[in-house]
Amino acid sequence: MDALLAVLLIIGKILLILIPLILAVAYTTFAERKLIGYMQMRIGPNRVGIRGWLQPIADVIKLLLKEIVIPSGASKGLFVIAPILFIAPSFAAWAVVPFDAGVVLADVNVGLLYLLAMTSIGVYGVIIAGWASNSKYAFLGSLRSAAQIISYEIAMGFALVAVLMAGGSMNLGEIVEAQSGGIWHWFFLPLLPILVVYWVSGVAETNRAPFDLPEGESEIVAGFHVEYAGMAFALFFLAEYANMILISVLTALFFFGGWLNPLQGIPGLETITAWIPGTIWLLLKAGFFLFLMIWLRATFPRYRYDQVMRLGWKIFIPVTLVWLFVLTLMIKGGLPPWFGEAG
Amino acid sequence: MLDRIEHWWKSFFLVELFQGLRLTGRHLWKKKITVQFPEERTPQSPRFRGLHALRRYPNGEERCIACKLCEAVCPALAITIEAGPRQSDGTRRTTRYEIDLFKCIYCGFCEESCPVDSIVETRVLDYHFEERGEHIMTKAKLLAIGDKYEAQIAADRAEDAPYR
Repeated sequence: MDALLAVLLIIGKILLILIPLILAVAYTTFAERKLIGYMQMRIGPNRVGIRGWLQPIADVIKLLLKEIVIPSGASKGLFVIAPILFIAPSFAAWAVVPFDAGVVLADVNVGLLYLLAMTSIGVYGVIIAGWASNSKYAFLGSLRSAAQIISYEIAMGFALVAVLMAGGSMNLGEIVEAQSGGIWHWFFLPLLPILVVYWVSGVAETNRAPFDLPEGESEIVAGFHVEYAGMAFALFFLAEYANMILISVLTALFFFGGWLNPLQGIPGLETITAWIPGTIWLLLKAGFFLFLMIWLRATFPRYRYDQVMRLGWKIFIPVTLVWLFVLTLMIKGGLPPWFGEAG
Repeated sequence: MLDRIEHWWKSFFLVELFQGLRLTGRHLWKKKITVQFPEERTPQSPRFRGLHALRRYPNGEERCIACKLCEAVCPALAITIEAGPRQSDGTRRTTRYEIDLFKCIYCGFCEESCPVDSIVETRVLDYHFEERGEHIMTKAKLLAIGDKYEAQIAADRAEDAPYR
């Protein structure tokens, strides 16, 4: 009985994370269309509901009602399982994300490794989707995606090593706690190059513009998901946006103090804003990075494939390695205010 | 040497990327230029070449005299005319006047060639067909369009008259 209750409680918590997440995904697509429209001096979707606010709902209904076409040459089992393989890890990764001090589904000590593992499993969904479709464009797209995700995983892994060194823990909650003490205690300054590397790798990992080569419309139509329609396509879409939100939240957690109040340490202002829950700060910070991701998409043209590889292997990995060395010196030297207690 | 330092500086501090972001960031706040089509429309010239119409004289007599100049000039061969004496008074009239809108390229040559300003192109640009065959504009349909938009057609011709 107790075990059943515990399981129900966990399912309840999962729903508490997933339902807002799916809603956030829906409205991220809306925000993206609006913002990119605004940046191109258009006004974006504005017909469904007041000022277009029901547009995502209409999109969802459309996708739900559409037929899922399975191509006759496709490998049926794998074709169906691929979107699930893609979306499951991007949802599962949220298990270790702390939304406030102690507010986390699974408070595991290897949170960072778990995140790396989960974001890597997603690539199987992409590869299987491309292979099972039995289409040359899908296959090319999945190959590009695989090569890209694996290359950037390395830079991202090194960036996370730096975060781990600075935070002194693999537990995401403890990494955030290590940054407490106001805006100058956050890790974005001592880890600035790492932040840039992590952010760009994150954009590349989620296959977002300017690294959206796996779905390069101009040459391979839509890449690995050309053959998918209806809800199967929607799963890929959902996973991509869930990953975007995940990367934004993680950037806020690792480099910008997660749920910590940015006014911490300023007398007066800290007590005035103490009532604001930490989740709000986290969402504000993550929201900024989500905006940045959309902003990047509206601004930059797509990279050429060899440039993507060059950036990943010949620039990011050396930069992170050098900065790991610099970071070691900073930690050993006990550079205040971040690493004062070490030494 | 200086060039290389500058290049290095620009790539490591993402100078040009930030310039690009600044540009799109500024456009985010600019006035939007979208025209909400069915409610708002862009201005049209009086010479606009849209849907065709056949005009009448003020006394109700159709202008067309079946000279077939429009049929001859039509580069897309979209116009088909058959002529014959009208039963009531024996004047030369068209018994059949059809424009295939799928063939028509809206060049306006028919209007230019018409000696009696009968066939004209109106400002109507949003029309559609629901059944196969509706794209053939028959004489009756063309005359009906002419009757419906006569005021606008006449005003546009008058405005353009000094330049003809």
